[in-house]
Amino acid sequence: MRYAMAIDTKKCVGCGDCVVACQTENNVPHGYCRDWIVESVDGTYPSLSLEFRSERCNHCDNSPCVRCCPTGASHIEEGGIVTVTHHKCIGCGACIQSCPYDARYSHPEGYVDKCTFCLHRVQKGQSPACVDVCPTRCLHFGDLDDPNSDVSLAIKDRKWKTLAPEAGTDPQLYFLT
Amino acid sequence: MKEELFVSGRNIPNIDPYLNIWHWQIPLYLFLGGLAAGILFFAGYFVVRGKEKEMQTTVKWAPILAPIALILGLFALFLDLKHKLYFWQLYTTIRLESPMGWGAWTLMIITPLSFVWVASYMKELVPGWHWKFDFLEKFEAWVIKNRVGLAWIMMIYAIILGVYTGILLSAFNARPLWNTSILGPLFLVSGFSTGLATIIWMSKDANERKVLSRIDLVFIFIELFLIIHLFMGFLAGSQTAIEAANLFLGGEFTVSFWVFVVLIGLILPAVFETIEIWGIHVPKWLPPAMILFGGFMFRFIMVEAGQITRYLY
Ligand code: SF4
Ligand code: SF4
Repeated sequence: MRYAMAIDTKKCVGCGDCVVACQTENNVPHGYCRDWIVESVDGTYPSLSLEFRSERCNHCDNSPCVRCCPTGASHIEEGGIVTVTHHKCIGCGACIQSCPYDARYSHPEGYVDKCTFCLHRVQKGQSPACVDVCPTRCLHFGDLDDPNSDVSLAIKDRKWKTLAPEAGTDPQLYFLT
Repeated sequence: MKEELFVSGRNIPNIDPYLNIWHWQIPLYLFLGGLAAGILFFAGYFVVRGKEKEMQTTVKWAPILAPIALILGLFALFLDLKHKLYFWQLYTTIRLESPMGWGAWTLMIITPLSFVWVASYMKELVPGWHWKFDFLEKFEAWVIKNRVGLAWIMMIYAIILGVYTGILLSAFNARPLWNTSILGPLFLVSGFSTGLATIIWMSKDANERKVLSRIDLVFIFIELFLIIHLFMGFLAGSQTAIEAANLFLGGEFTVSFWVFVVLIGLILPAVFETIEIWGIHVPKWLPPAMILFGGFMFRFIMVEAGQITRYLY
Protein backbone atom coordinates (compact mmCIF):
# COMPACT_ATOMS: atom_id res chain seq x y z
CA MET A 1 0.00 0.00 0.00
CA ARG A 2 1.30 3.45 -0.87
CA TYR A 3 -0.84 6.47 -0.14
CA ALA A 4 -0.27 9.44 -2.40
CA MET A 5 -1.98 12.58 -3.61
CA ALA A 6 -2.39 14.10 -7.03
CA ILE A 7 -2.99 17.83 -7.34
CA ASP A 8 -4.44 19.16 -10.56
CA THR A 9 -2.69 22.49 -11.04
CA LYS A 10 -4.86 23.17 -14.10
CA LYS A 11 -8.06 22.98 -12.08
CA CYS A 12 -6.95 24.61 -8.83
CA VAL A 13 -8.11 28.20 -8.54
CA GLY A 14 -6.22 28.97 -5.35
CA CYS A 15 -9.32 29.50 -3.21
CA GLY A 16 -7.63 28.18 -0.08
CA ASP A 17 -10.51 26.01 1.09
CA CYS A 18 -8.13 23.09 1.63
CA VAL A 19 -6.03 25.23 3.96
CA VAL A 20 -9.02 26.24 6.08
CA ALA A 21 -10.45 22.71 6.07
CA CYS A 22 -7.14 21.36 7.40
CA GLN A 23 -6.87 24.01 10.08
CA THR A 24 -10.37 23.19 11.29
CA GLU A 25 -10.09 19.43 11.03
CA ASN A 26 -6.73 19.21 12.77
CA ASN A 27 -7.00 22.07 15.25
CA VAL A 28 -3.98 23.79 13.74
CA PRO A 29 -3.02 26.70 16.01
CA HIS A 30 -3.77 30.20 14.83
CA GLY A 31 -1.07 31.56 12.51
CA TYR A 32 0.12 28.10 11.47
CA CYS A 33 -0.82 25.82 8.59
CA ARG A 34 -0.10 22.30 7.43
CA ASP A 35 -0.94 23.01 3.80
CA TRP A 36 -0.64 26.16 1.75
CA ILE A 37 -1.09 27.45 -1.76
CA VAL A 38 1.65 28.67 -4.03
CA GLU A 39 0.87 30.81 -7.02
CA SER A 40 3.68 30.48 -9.50
CA VAL A 41 3.87 32.92 -12.40
CA ASP A 42 6.37 32.17 -15.13
CA GLY A 43 7.48 34.24 -18.12
CA THR A 44 7.16 37.91 -19.10
CA TYR A 45 4.05 39.80 -20.06
CA PRO A 46 2.15 39.08 -22.30
CA SER A 47 3.24 35.45 -22.48
CA LEU A 48 2.68 34.42 -18.89
CA SER A 49 1.83 31.05 -17.47
CA LEU A 50 0.15 30.60 -14.13
CA GLU A 51 0.14 27.60 -11.85
CA PHE A 52 -1.60 27.06 -8.52
CA ARG A 53 -0.16 24.41 -6.28
CA SER A 54 -1.78 23.21 -3.09
CA GLU A 55 1.30 22.03 -1.18
CA ARG A 56 1.82 20.04 1.98
CA CYS A 57 4.16 17.35 3.31
CA ASN A 58 5.13 15.07 0.42
CA HIS A 59 5.10 11.94 2.59
CA CYS A 60 8.40 11.11 0.96
CA ASP A 61 9.33 7.52 0.32
CA ASN A 62 12.93 8.27 1.28
CA SER A 63 12.16 10.67 4.08
CA PRO A 64 15.13 12.52 5.59
CA CYS A 65 12.94 13.77 8.44
CA VAL A 66 12.39 10.23 9.67
CA ARG A 67 16.04 9.32 9.26
CA CYS A 68 17.39 12.25 11.25
CA CYS A 69 14.96 12.02 14.17
CA PRO A 70 16.95 11.03 17.28
CA THR A 71 13.99 9.62 19.19
CA GLY A 72 11.94 7.92 16.51
CA ALA A 73 9.09 10.39 17.03
CA SER A 74 9.02 10.99 13.28
CA HIS A 75 8.06 7.68 11.78
CA ILE A 76 6.29 6.03 8.88
CA GLU A 77 2.78 4.71 9.32
CA GLU A 78 0.96 2.18 7.23
CA GLY A 79 0.83 3.18 3.58
CA GLY A 80 3.90 5.40 3.83
CA ILE A 81 2.27 8.20 5.77
CA VAL A 82 4.90 10.16 7.68
CA THR A 83 3.77 11.35 11.11
CA VAL A 84 5.14 12.63 14.40
CA THR A 85 4.32 11.05 17.76
CA HIS A 86 3.94 14.17 19.87
CA HIS A 87 4.91 12.68 23.21
CA LYS A 88 8.12 11.26 21.78
CA CYS A 89 9.27 14.46 20.10
CA ILE A 90 11.84 16.52 22.01
CA GLY A 91 11.60 19.47 19.65
CA CYS A 92 15.22 19.40 18.55
CA GLY A 93 14.32 20.78 15.15
CA ALA A 94 16.48 18.36 13.17
CA CYS A 95 13.54 17.20 11.05
CA ILE A 96 12.57 20.78 10.28
CA GLN A 97 16.08 21.38 8.96
CA SER A 98 16.00 18.17 6.96
CA CYS A 99 12.81 18.83 4.99
CA PRO A 100 13.49 20.38 1.58
CA TYR A 101 9.88 21.56 1.40
CA ASP A 102 9.63 23.34 4.77
CA ALA A 103 6.57 21.22 5.45
CA ARG A 104 7.11 21.04 9.21
CA TYR A 105 6.75 23.59 11.95
CA SER A 106 7.32 23.80 15.64
CA HIS A 107 3.93 23.70 17.37
CA PRO A 108 3.53 26.33 20.13
CA GLU A 109 3.31 23.43 22.59
CA GLY A 110 6.86 22.40 21.67
CA TYR A 111 6.56 19.33 19.51
CA VAL A 112 6.89 19.28 15.75
CA ASP A 113 3.75 19.09 13.68
CA LYS A 114 2.87 18.62 10.03
CA CYS A 115 0.37 17.18 7.57
CA THR A 116 -0.69 13.63 8.42
CA PHE A 117 -2.72 12.98 5.26
CA CYS A 118 -5.51 13.02 7.89
CA LEU A 119 -4.43 9.58 9.08
CA HIS A 120 -7.34 9.49 11.55
CA ARG A 121 -9.79 9.88 8.67
CA VAL A 122 -7.95 7.59 6.27
CA GLN A 123 -8.03 4.80 8.85
CA LYS A 124 -11.82 5.10 8.84
CA GLY A 125 -11.91 4.85 5.07
CA GLN A 126 -12.45 8.56 4.52
CA SER A 127 -10.38 10.96 2.45
CA PRO A 128 -8.23 13.74 3.94
CA ALA A 129 -10.25 16.85 4.84
CA CYS A 130 -8.62 18.97 2.13
CA VAL A 131 -9.54 16.46 -0.56
CA ASP A 132 -13.15 16.27 0.58
CA VAL A 133 -13.64 20.00 0.74
CA CYS A 134 -12.04 21.06 -2.56
CA PRO A 135 -14.77 22.76 -4.65
CA THR A 136 -13.04 22.10 -8.00
CA ARG A 137 -12.23 18.48 -7.12
CA CYS A 138 -8.62 19.03 -8.02
CA LEU A 139 -7.17 16.92 -5.18
CA HIS A 140 -7.05 13.15 -5.60
CA PHE A 141 -6.07 10.82 -2.81
CA GLY A 142 -5.64 7.08 -2.60
CA ASP A 143 -3.44 4.02 -2.84
CA LEU A 144 -0.95 4.04 -5.71
CA ASP A 145 -0.74 0.25 -5.60
CA ASP A 146 -4.42 0.02 -6.48
CA PRO A 147 -4.78 0.84 -10.21
CA ASN A 148 -8.41 1.87 -9.70
CA SER A 149 -7.85 4.29 -6.85
CA ASP A 150 -8.64 7.94 -7.35
CA VAL A 151 -4.97 8.92 -7.37
CA SER A 152 -3.89 6.18 -9.77
CA LEU A 153 -6.60 7.15 -12.23
CA ALA A 154 -5.73 10.84 -11.90
CA ILE A 155 -2.09 10.41 -12.87
CA LYS A 156 -2.71 7.72 -15.46
CA ASP A 157 -3.22 9.82 -18.57
CA ARG A 158 -1.80 13.11 -17.43
CA LYS A 159 1.62 14.70 -17.34
CA TRP A 160 2.80 15.27 -13.82
CA LYS A 161 5.80 16.47 -11.87
CA THR A 162 7.02 16.17 -8.32
CA LEU A 163 8.74 18.99 -6.44
CA ALA A 164 12.53 19.04 -6.20
CA PRO A 165 12.96 15.36 -7.10
CA GLU A 166 16.70 16.10 -7.17
CA ALA A 167 16.56 16.34 -3.38
CA GLY A 168 16.35 12.56 -3.47
CA THR A 169 13.41 12.30 -1.11
CA ASP A 170 11.10 10.52 -3.55
CA PRO A 171 8.11 12.79 -2.84
CA GLN A 172 4.58 11.40 -3.15
CA LEU A 173 2.63 14.48 -4.17
CA TYR A 174 2.00 14.39 -7.90
CA PHE A 175 1.31 17.75 -9.50
CA LEU A 176 -0.68 17.34 -12.71
CA THR A 177 0.50 19.93 -15.21
CA MET B 1 11.13 35.26 -14.88
CA LYS B 2 9.48 33.19 -12.22
CA GLU B 3 7.58 34.56 -9.28
CA GLU B 4 6.23 32.43 -6.47
CA LEU B 5 3.76 33.65 -3.89
CA PHE B 6 2.00 32.05 -0.96
CA VAL B 7 -1.54 33.03 -1.85
CA SER B 8 -3.05 31.28 1.14
CA GLY B 9 -0.88 33.46 3.37
CA ARG B 10 1.86 31.63 5.23
CA ASN B 11 3.83 33.25 7.95
CA ILE B 12 4.72 30.48 10.40
CA PRO B 13 7.01 31.62 13.23
CA ASN B 14 10.66 30.61 12.62
CA ILE B 15 9.81 29.02 9.26
CA ASP B 16 8.75 31.94 7.06
CA PRO B 17 9.97 33.96 5.24
CA TYR B 18 13.03 31.82 5.70
CA LEU B 19 13.93 29.10 8.13
CA ASN B 20 15.39 30.22 11.46
CA ILE B 21 14.57 27.43 13.88
CA TRP B 22 18.10 27.18 15.31
CA HIS B 23 19.43 30.30 16.98
CA TRP B 24 22.60 30.69 19.08
CA GLN B 25 22.18 27.48 21.08
CA ILE B 26 23.21 25.00 18.40
CA PRO B 27 26.28 27.01 17.30
CA LEU B 28 27.32 27.27 20.95
CA TYR B 29 26.81 23.52 21.37
CA LEU B 30 28.98 22.86 18.32
CA PHE B 31 31.60 25.37 19.46
CA LEU B 32 31.92 23.92 22.97
CA GLY B 33 31.96 20.39 21.59
CA GLY B 34 34.80 21.24 19.20
CA LEU B 35 36.70 23.06 21.94
CA ALA B 36 36.47 20.13 24.35
CA ALA B 37 37.43 17.73 21.57
CA GLY B 38 40.56 19.78 20.88
CA ILE B 39 41.60 19.95 24.53
CA LEU B 40 41.06 16.23 25.13
CA PHE B 41 42.75 15.19 21.91
CA PHE B 42 45.98 17.02 22.72
CA ALA B 43 45.95 15.93 26.35
CA GLY B 44 45.80 12.35 25.13
CA TYR B 45 48.28 12.96 22.34
CA PHE B 46 51.06 14.25 24.56
CA VAL B 47 50.58 11.43 27.04
CA VAL B 48 50.85 8.89 24.26
CA ARG B 49 53.98 10.67 23.06
CA GLY B 50 55.39 10.52 26.61
CA LYS B 51 55.62 14.32 26.91
CA GLU B 52 53.68 14.63 30.15
CA LYS B 53 56.52 16.51 31.90
CA GLU B 54 57.06 19.10 29.16
CA MET B 55 53.37 19.72 28.48
CA GLN B 56 51.95 20.16 31.98
CA THR B 57 49.15 22.57 31.06
CA THR B 58 48.03 20.54 28.07
CA VAL B 59 47.92 17.25 29.92
CA LYS B 60 46.83 18.27 33.42
CA TRP B 61 45.34 21.74 33.67
CA ALA B 62 43.51 22.41 30.43
CA PRO B 63 41.46 19.17 30.57
CA ILE B 64 39.66 20.60 33.61
CA LEU B 65 37.84 22.82 31.12
CA ALA B 66 36.74 19.91 28.94
CA PRO B 67 34.00 18.45 31.17
CA ILE B 68 32.79 21.97 31.93
CA ALA B 69 32.58 22.80 28.22
CA LEU B 70 30.84 19.50 27.47
CA ILE B 71 28.23 20.00 30.15
CA LEU B 72 27.63 23.60 29.11
CA GLY B 73 27.34 22.33 25.55
CA LEU B 74 24.73 19.76 26.50
CA PHE B 75 22.92 22.48 28.39
CA ALA B 76 22.93 24.66 25.27
CA LEU B 77 21.46 21.73 23.34
CA PHE B 78 18.84 21.38 26.04
CA LEU B 79 17.98 25.06 25.67
CA ASP B 80 17.46 24.53 21.96
CA LEU B 81 14.86 21.82 22.52
CA LYS B 82 11.32 23.08 22.24
CA HIS B 83 9.72 20.12 24.03
CA LYS B 84 12.12 20.19 26.96
CA LEU B 85 10.29 17.91 29.39
CA TYR B 86 10.76 15.05 26.95
CA PHE B 87 14.53 15.53 26.80
CA TRP B 88 15.26 12.14 28.34
CA GLN B 89 13.90 10.39 25.25
CA LEU B 90 17.17 11.28 23.56
CA TYR B 91 18.72 8.63 25.79
CA THR B 92 16.10 5.92 25.58
CA THR B 93 16.61 5.40 21.86
CA ILE B 94 19.63 4.58 19.77
CA ARG B 95 19.20 5.66 16.20
CA LEU B 96 22.44 5.47 14.29
CA GLU B 97 20.93 7.15 11.25
CA SER B 98 20.31 10.32 13.23
CA PRO B 99 23.41 12.52 13.75
CA MET B 100 21.56 14.36 16.53
CA GLY B 101 21.12 10.96 18.20
CA TRP B 102 24.61 9.53 17.96
CA GLY B 103 26.11 12.92 18.78
CA ALA B 104 24.20 12.99 22.03
CA TRP B 105 25.47 9.49 22.77
CA THR B 106 29.06 10.43 21.91
CA LEU B 107 28.81 13.24 24.45
CA MET B 108 27.42 10.77 26.97
CA ILE B 109 30.59 8.71 26.58
CA ILE B 110 33.27 11.39 26.30
CA THR B 111 31.98 13.50 29.20
CA PRO B 112 32.58 10.79 31.84
CA LEU B 113 35.90 9.96 30.17
CA SER B 114 36.99 13.56 30.59
CA PHE B 115 35.93 13.47 34.25
CA VAL B 116 38.00 10.34 34.82
CA TRP B 117 40.97 11.98 33.12
CA VAL B 118 40.81 15.08 35.31
CA ALA B 119 40.22 13.02 38.45
CA SER B 120 43.29 10.91 37.77
CA TYR B 121 45.41 14.06 38.01
CA MET B 122 43.70 15.43 41.10
CA LYS B 123 46.57 14.51 43.41
CA GLU B 124 49.03 16.39 41.23
CA LEU B 125 46.75 19.38 40.74
CA VAL B 126 45.74 19.71 44.39
CA PRO B 127 48.55 18.74 46.75
CA GLY B 128 47.27 16.73 49.68
CA TRP B 129 44.13 15.61 47.85
CA HIS B 130 42.80 12.19 48.73
CA TRP B 131 39.65 10.35 47.81
CA LYS B 132 37.07 9.71 50.50
CA PHE B 133 36.35 6.15 49.51
CA ASP B 134 38.74 3.31 49.18
CA PHE B 135 37.30 2.06 45.93
CA LEU B 136 37.97 5.48 44.35
CA GLU B 137 41.60 5.20 45.38
CA LYS B 138 41.77 1.77 43.77
CA PHE B 139 40.04 3.03 40.65
CA GLU B 140 42.45 5.95 40.43
CA ALA B 141 45.45 3.65 40.72
CA TRP B 142 43.99 1.51 37.95
CA VAL B 143 43.42 4.52 35.71
CA ILE B 144 46.91 5.85 36.27
CA LYS B 145 48.33 2.46 35.39
CA ASN B 146 46.30 2.36 32.17
CA ARG B 147 46.60 6.02 31.31
CA VAL B 148 48.06 5.48 27.85
CA GLY B 149 45.14 3.26 26.94
CA LEU B 150 42.71 5.87 28.21
CA ALA B 151 44.59 8.50 26.20
CA TRP B 152 44.06 6.49 23.01
CA ILE B 153 40.35 6.05 23.65
CA MET B 154 40.02 9.73 24.42
CA MET B 155 41.82 10.71 21.23
CA ILE B 156 39.52 8.53 19.15
CA TYR B 157 36.41 9.90 20.82
CA ALA B 158 37.73 13.45 20.47
CA ILE B 159 38.02 12.93 16.72
CA ILE B 160 34.52 11.46 16.55
CA LEU B 161 33.18 14.40 18.54
CA GLY B 162 35.03 16.94 16.41
CA VAL B 163 33.82 15.43 13.15
CA TYR B 164 30.32 15.08 14.56
CA THR B 165 30.03 18.83 15.09
CA GLY B 166 30.33 19.16 11.31
CA ILE B 167 28.28 16.12 10.37
CA LEU B 168 25.35 17.35 12.42
CA LEU B 169 25.01 20.02 9.75
CA SER B 170 26.35 18.25 6.68
CA ALA B 171 23.83 15.42 7.01
CA PHE B 172 21.03 17.79 6.01
CA ASN B 173 20.58 17.38 2.31
CA ALA B 174 17.85 20.03 2.34
CA ARG B 175 20.31 22.83 3.22
CA PRO B 176 22.80 23.14 0.37
CA LEU B 177 25.30 25.21 2.37
CA TRP B 178 25.67 22.39 4.89
CA ASN B 179 25.34 19.45 2.60
CA THR B 180 29.02 19.00 1.81
CA SER B 181 31.25 16.29 3.23
CA ILE B 182 34.05 18.82 3.78
CA LEU B 183 32.16 20.21 6.75
CA GLY B 184 33.15 17.25 8.96
CA PRO B 185 36.93 17.72 8.57
CA LEU B 186 36.55 21.50 8.56
CA PHE B 187 34.72 21.57 11.89
CA LEU B 188 37.17 19.02 13.29
CA VAL B 189 40.19 21.13 12.40
CA SER B 190 38.52 24.32 13.55
CA GLY B 191 37.49 22.70 16.84
CA PHE B 192 41.02 21.41 17.46
CA SER B 193 42.35 24.89 16.74
CA THR B 194 40.03 26.45 19.34
CA GLY B 195 41.13 23.76 21.80
CA LEU B 196 44.78 24.56 21.16
CA ALA B 197 44.07 28.28 21.53
CA THR B 198 42.54 27.68 24.94
CA ILE B 199 45.56 25.68 26.11
CA ILE B 200 47.96 28.33 24.76
CA TRP B 201 46.00 30.97 26.66
CA MET B 202 46.28 28.98 29.89
CA SER B 203 49.90 27.90 29.61
CA LYS B 204 52.55 29.83 31.51
CA ASP B 205 55.42 27.84 30.04
CA ALA B 206 56.97 29.60 27.02
CA ASN B 207 58.29 26.36 25.56
CA GLU B 208 54.96 24.61 25.78
CA ARG B 209 53.29 27.59 24.14
CA LYS B 210 55.80 27.49 21.33
CA VAL B 211 55.15 23.82 20.61
CA LEU B 212 51.40 24.38 20.65
CA SER B 213 51.59 27.52 18.51
CA ARG B 214 53.48 25.58 15.85
CA ILE B 215 50.79 22.88 15.76
CA ASP B 216 48.08 25.52 15.76
CA LEU B 217 49.65 27.21 12.74
CA VAL B 218 49.41 23.96 10.80
CA PHE B 219 45.74 23.63 11.78
CA ILE B 220 45.00 27.21 10.73
CA PHE B 221 46.53 26.57 7.32
CA ILE B 222 44.57 23.37 6.87
CA GLU B 223 41.43 25.27 7.84
CA LEU B 224 42.09 28.01 5.28
CA PHE B 225 42.77 25.37 2.67
CA LEU B 226 39.49 23.58 3.48
CA ILE B 227 37.55 26.85 3.33
CA ILE B 228 38.91 27.57 -0.14
CA HIS B 229 38.01 24.02 -1.09
CA LEU B 230 34.51 24.48 0.28
CA PHE B 231 33.86 27.46 -1.96
CA MET B 232 35.47 25.86 -5.00
CA GLY B 233 33.12 22.93 -4.52
CA PHE B 234 30.08 25.17 -4.23
CA LEU B 235 30.92 27.26 -7.26
CA ALA B 236 31.39 24.14 -9.35
CA GLY B 237 28.10 22.74 -8.04
CA SER B 238 24.41 23.05 -8.80
CA GLN B 239 22.44 26.29 -8.74
CA THR B 240 21.48 25.70 -5.10
CA ALA B 241 25.16 25.35 -4.14
CA ILE B 242 26.12 28.45 -6.13
CA GLU B 243 23.44 30.44 -4.35
CA ALA B 244 24.73 29.15 -1.02
CA ALA B 245 28.25 30.33 -1.89
CA ASN B 246 26.93 33.68 -3.06
CA LEU B 247 25.70 34.45 0.46
CA PHE B 248 29.41 34.74 1.29
CA LEU B 249 30.62 36.18 -2.00
CA GLY B 250 28.72 39.44 -2.14
CA GLY B 251 25.64 38.34 -0.21
CA GLU B 252 24.57 39.23 3.30
CA PHE B 253 27.20 37.18 5.13
CA THR B 254 30.18 38.43 3.10
CA VAL B 255 31.55 40.93 5.59
CA SER B 256 30.84 38.95 8.74
CA PHE B 257 32.40 35.78 7.31
CA TRP B 258 35.53 37.18 5.72
CA VAL B 259 36.26 39.71 8.45
CA PHE B 260 35.24 37.89 11.65
CA VAL B 261 36.00 34.31 10.67
CA VAL B 262 38.79 34.46 8.13
CA LEU B 263 40.66 37.67 8.97
CA ILE B 264 40.22 37.96 12.75
CA GLY B 265 39.77 34.27 13.42
CA LEU B 266 42.45 32.78 11.18
CA ILE B 267 44.81 35.09 9.29
CA LEU B 268 45.66 37.60 12.02
CA PRO B 269 46.22 35.00 14.76
CA ALA B 270 48.41 33.07 12.34
CA VAL B 271 50.48 36.19 11.71
CA PHE B 272 50.73 36.92 15.46
CA GLU B 273 51.67 33.36 16.31
CA THR B 274 54.37 33.42 13.63
CA ILE B 275 55.99 36.65 14.78
CA GLU B 276 55.76 35.42 18.35
CA ILE B 277 57.77 32.36 17.39
CA TRP B 278 60.32 34.76 15.88
CA GLY B 279 60.58 36.40 19.29
CA ILE B 280 58.56 39.58 18.78
CA HIS B 281 56.34 40.32 21.76
CA VAL B 282 52.60 39.90 21.24
CA PRO B 283 50.11 40.04 24.14
CA LYS B 284 49.74 36.41 25.16
CA TRP B 285 45.95 36.47 25.19
CA LEU B 286 45.51 38.07 21.79
CA PRO B 287 45.92 35.23 19.26
CA PRO B 288 43.93 32.70 21.34
CA ALA B 289 41.13 35.19 21.98
CA MET B 290 40.91 35.89 18.28
CA ILE B 291 40.83 32.20 17.38
CA LEU B 292 38.09 31.50 19.92
CA PHE B 293 36.05 34.44 18.69
CA GLY B 294 36.53 33.35 15.07
CA GLY B 295 35.62 29.77 15.93
CA PHE B 296 32.34 30.74 17.51
CA MET B 297 31.48 33.18 14.72
CA PHE B 298 32.23 30.50 12.15
CA ARG B 299 29.65 28.16 13.66
CA PHE B 300 27.15 30.90 14.25
CA ILE B 301 27.36 32.16 10.67
CA MET B 302 27.27 28.68 9.17
CA VAL B 303 24.13 27.80 11.13
CA GLU B 304 22.38 31.08 10.34
CA ALA B 305 23.31 31.12 6.66
CA GLY B 306 22.68 27.43 6.10
CA GLN B 307 19.08 27.74 7.17
CA ILE B 308 18.46 30.32 4.45
CA THR B 309 19.78 28.06 1.69
CA ARG B 310 17.30 25.65 0.17
CA TYR B 311 16.18 23.78 -2.88
CA LEU B 312 14.60 25.81 -5.63
CA TYR B 313 11.40 24.61 -7.17
S1 SF4 C 1 7.90 16.56 2.76
FE1 SF4 C 1 9.34 17.01 4.39
S2 SF4 C 1 8.27 16.41 6.26
FE2 SF4 C 1 7.20 15.46 4.58
S3 SF4 C 1 8.10 13.39 4.42
FE3 SF4 C 1 9.19 14.73 2.97
S4 SF4 C 1 10.95 15.45 4.12
FE4 SF4 C 1 9.50 14.65 5.62
S1 SF4 D 1 11.95 17.75 16.45
FE1 SF4 D 1 10.90 15.91 17.21
S2 SF4 D 1 10.23 14.79 15.40
FE2 SF4 D 1 11.75 16.32 14.75
S3 SF4 D 1 13.70 15.21 14.74
FE3 SF4 D 1 13.56 16.22 16.75
S4 SF4 D 1 12.58 14.68 18.06
FE4 SF4 D 1 12.24 13.98 15.94
